[in-house]
Amino acid sequence: MATAAVAPPVERENYLNKHYGVWSWLLTTDHKRISLLYLVSITFFFFIGGLFALLIRLELLTPAGDLVQADTYNKLFTQHGMVMVFFFLIPSIPAVLGNFLVPLMIGAKDLAFPRINLLSWYLYIIGGAMMLHCMLTGGVDTGWTFYVPFSTAFTNTKIVEAGLAIFVAGFSSILTGLNFIVTIHRMRAPGMTWSRLPLFIWAHYATSIIQILGTPVIAITIVLVAAERALHLGIFDPKLGGDPLLFQHLFWFYSHPAVYIMILPSMGIISEIIACFSRKRIFGYSFVALSSISIAVFGFLVWAHHMFVAGISVYAALIFSILSYAVAVPSAVKVFNWTATLYKGSIRYDAPMLYAFGFLGLFTVGGLTGLFLAALGLNVHVTDTYFVIAHFHYIMVGGAVMGYLGGMHFWWPKISGRMYPESWARLAALIVFIGFNLTFFPQFILGYVGMPRRYYQYPPEFQVLNVLSTAGATVLGVGYLLPMIYFLWSMRYGKPAPDNPWNAAGLEWKTPSPPTTFNFEQEPVVTWEAYNYEELDAPQHRQEAPVAR
Amino acid sequence: MAGNVDALYIFLVILSTLMTGLIFVAIVYFAARYRKQEGVQAEQIDGSTPLELTWTIIPFFVFMVIFLWGAVVYFKEHTPPRDATEVYVVAKQWMWKLEHSEGQREINELHVPVGRDVKLIMTSQDVIHSFFVPAFRMKQDVLPGRYTMAWFRATKPGTYHLFCAEYCGTQHSGMIGDIVVMEPAQYEAWTSGGSTGPLSATGEKVFGELGCSTCHRPDSQGRGPNLQGVFGKPVELADGRTVTADENYVRECILDPGSRRVKGFQPIMPTFQGLVSEEQVNALVAYVKSLSKAAAPATNTAAAASPSNAASGKAR
Repeated sequence: MATAAVAPPVERENYLNKHYGVWSWLLTTDHKRISLLYLVSITFFFFIGGLFALLIRLELLTPAGDLVQADTYNKLFTQHGMVMVFFFLIPSIPAVLGNFLVPLMIGAKDLAFPRINLLSWYLYIIGGAMMLHCMLTGGVDTGWTFYVPFSTAFTNTKIVEAGLAIFVAGFSSILTGLNFIVTIHRMRAPGMTWSRLPLFIWAHYATSIIQILGTPVIAITIVLVAAERALHLGIFDPKLGGDPLLFQHLFWFYSHPAVYIMILPSMGIISEIIACFSRKRIFGYSFVALSSISIAVFGFLVWAHHMFVAGISVYAALIFSILSYAVAVPSAVKVFNWTATLYKGSIRYDAPMLYAFGFLGLFTVGGLTGLFLAALGLNVHVTDTYFVIAHFHYIMVGGAVMGYLGGMHFWWPKISGRMYPESWARLAALIVFIGFNLTFFPQFILGYVGMPRRYYQYPPEFQVLNVLSTAGATVLGVGYLLPMIYFLWSMRYGKPAPDNPWNAAGLEWKTPSPPTTFNFEQEPVVTWEAYNYEELDAPQHRQEAPVAR
Repeated sequence: MAGNVDALYIFLVILSTLMTGLIFVAIVYFAARYRKQEGVQAEQIDGSTPLELTWTIIPFFVFMVIFLWGAVVYFKEHTPPRDATEVYVVAKQWMWKLEHSEGQREINELHVPVGRDVKLIMTSQDVIHSFFVPAFRMKQDVLPGRYTMAWFRATKPGTYHLFCAEYCGTQHSGMIGDIVVMEPAQYEAWTSGGSTGPLSATGEKVFGELGCSTCHRPDSQGRGPNLQGVFGKPVELADGRTVTADENYVRECILDPGSRRVKGFQPIMPTFQGLVSEEQVNALVAYVKSLSKAAAPATNTAAAASPSNAASGKAR
């Protein structure tokens, strides 16, 4: 390892330097290059969505609506939601880290359908371009949930264009899921049995199932909304004989499982990181793996818990409440197993592990407040208030984004061939954690004392908590900018990364950093169980490890 | 109701604090106790089925307790006492129109006496809104094309926020109002001014003006069903089903008479969709209701005079 750091950088051929030029990127079928294409594009949308968030928080600094117009504010939160959900969170981990790692982790040369993989990026870009065009030429003000009949008969903003953007991006998501499922079934290296799969793969498998089964439903819903808006078909609008609750059922049938598209891959990352930095096999491997699948299955059966005050029958509400508690069980099981994995480990506090700790804390709070919302009588009071906003940001930002950042740090040496600056990374992890809690914890209280969501102006008694939240958002913004800066910095100035800087288990670490175009020089044969840290840390093995490259 | 919701909330806050504390302490303790030391290796533990079962089953039962508790509160929230005073709510972008059954009309303000059960019969003229009074821990979406119901009983005089909680367009955050809870005596003084007579009387007038009374006669000779005493009773339909004649059914019969026609009558009634305002529909519903209360004409006034007691919640 030491030689690599000192010697002049005579670079081995790898996926990054094999070809040069724009077309070598835009026409690549290498899953690793496509992953980087996604990385650049989702980062772009993350900062757009983040900018909207910042403007929202600035507007809410004072009770009066004074920074922007009411219509502008409504567009800001709508587009914040649409961009963050459909163009950042859903593709983030699967399309970037999943794309990069699924073939590497199972010992494959690429995904099963490399060209479809490229197609899915192009679909994402087309959808993204449509969304950008929509936002630049007037935008949309329906809320990301675009409830009818407001969206079909009342708004005069560009809901159809925004819907079609999401429709196209949805196909990108479906194709990625399809690719993962086929790859995981068909392209595992010899000896890589299902029970030896890294939990990251299990999580992506569960995610892919949701992407394939759920996404078509939102696509159909968007088409129906567009058809009703254009042709005045009576599907949702009661004035035309339609049913507005039908829309909500269809919308949440996808959009609730979509939360699991965001959080499951993140859970996969957390399993990898916790195993590596406590040098242990994950406690209860099969329970953690199966809990991913059961979350994917139960996740499809709880959609109407978004509708407890919408006018559904009391008995329907009972069923959806009890099923929502059922889906909470596997999530709790995961948290207990991760915590138990630490027991008698040999724990290091590198930046990825700090993000994993952060994830555990924030996801626990997010999950527990989900119990509040699933309790029918209490849901009536807190739904559609800032309590809900806080809850789902704890899951989708505290959970999914913490996992994403942890994963980016963990695999950055593999992706870029460079080490990131460790102390900066630890500092950033701390800033993100503090900023996040300062932003969103006050919103739980704000919700319980009654501030409704999507309010452009509010009664003055809510101001103190809003100021705290805005202050936190500023800190959080700094926390998110830091990694972007030092990751970019490290691409040029970072220490060259050894092949396995963390001495981690997993086939991806047996490739060079960065990997060659076809990942493995010869097909690996797996003879060990997942997370074989005992063997890796055994004294004789430890001396061997550096030579292995 | 606020007390019930708060009790559940406090229980959940305590439970969550304990759980978060437990996880937090475990993580901090393990992270410190098992920090990497030279020469000390992690001890591999594969897992433990008894432990897995423990932390699957115990949370499950705890969750079931929360579920049941939440369900009980929800049922109470959805069971308005029988003798509750009725207020009709029409929501529109971006205001609340409220009409008491005694006939007072208000905009963005609802005056109620302390201690009285108030049932809200709500509909929207345009998009979905949501009637949210945080102080009463009460919220219900208000939909176009149908009625949704909610109820509350204010226990302390004062002025409370009324918010729209379902995003409804540009002035969503301006669609706010006040619930003014008054001492009964003050309330009596307030009601004595500015009423155009009870809502059911308005409904009776509309009933005549629209010509409903030519077919719906108070005997069995009309071409339409006799509406005396129908409200709240089961009705046999032409397709063999039976429905209860509640507010939503009466509303549907006015606006879409063909869909659930009463057995034994011809489909000759025209739709009144677009011909009557939401306020007129409300008045008609109140009138049809009053036809069933004729037997006990004192109900409304009795409820108004004496603070109703909680036992009536058992009804239905």
